Amino acid sequence: MKAAVIVFPGSNCDRDLEVALRDSGADVTRVWHKDSELPSGLDFIGVPGGFSFGDYLRCGAIAAQSPICKAVVEFGQKGGYVFGVCNGFQILTETGLLPGALLRNAGLKYICRTVPLVVQNAETAYTRGYEQGQVINIPIAHHDGNYTADPDTLAKLKDEGRVAFTYGENPNGSADDIAGVLSANKRVLGMMPHPERAFEDAHGNSDGQAFFRSLVEEMVSA
Amino acid sequence: MKARVHVMLKNGVLDPQGAAVRRALGTLGFEGVEKVRQGKIIELDLADGTTEDTVKDMCEKLLANTVIESYSIELV
Repeated sequence: MKAAVIVFPGSNCDRDLEVALRDSGADVTRVWHKDSELPSGLDFIGVPGGFSFGDYLRCGAIAAQSPICKAVVEFGQKGGYVFGVCNGFQILTETGLLPGALLRNAGLKYICRTVPLVVQNAETAYTRGYEQGQVINIPIAHHDGNYTADPDTLAKLKDEGRVAFTYGENPNGSADDIAGVLSANKRVLGMMPHPERAFEDAHGNSDGQAFFRSLVEEMVSA
Repeated sequence: MKARVHVMLKNGVLDPQGAAVRRALGTLGFEGVEKVRQGKIIELDLADGTTEDTVKDMCEKLLANTVIESYSIELV
């Protein structure tokens, strides 16, 4: 499996994402935001967490306009697998690859702690390592993770099985407790929690390991 | 020439910052503040002859996220 992790000025989870993917068996290249072309033969793109461009204007807004993001959007629209975590999720909504937007947390505070997530759709490349309805513990670290979309979009996401994860206890005011959403073809996933920060025993919690293992397995066998 | 772009959360989108400002005003003793919405103003210094349509394009592409925000343009 050939993976790329995009790096913006202010990204700070790119290395964690790279390690989780590589440790799961992927061949990973990090790609700078000013590049306009992706490496050839890619199976997967990771858009990491962090504070791209200092969160200026809106979280992810400026990164979404960077040269590489045009290529990321094209890749996603052609059916490629794209995963955005935290700031990466914000970037993917800003590009329009995923619906909705992330608002300031309802409590207005930056939240950094491990939270329970409920696996709402275990039939995607990202979630096959879990059982439907399984509760996993994954860290969150964000100020703007309050997911919102218009009522029609929310209903559609639910009906089409495009809510990948919900929060066990809503930490940020997110609509319908949504923690992660999928594209219509279930190949683009954006989520606020960080599975790459719960990947190995040294993290004190390895609930995120199955996420990357199943993803890489799926790509290798495809 | 200058353009001033006002960006606000759309009606119906919860604005937790505006709500916190409203509560703080109440704490200070200002009565009758029923609602506060917080937005932003972006001032642009532009080459003469830049059209409002161009500024509108800037809003659509970058300055506002039209999923959650509305904008208005003032040429000054």
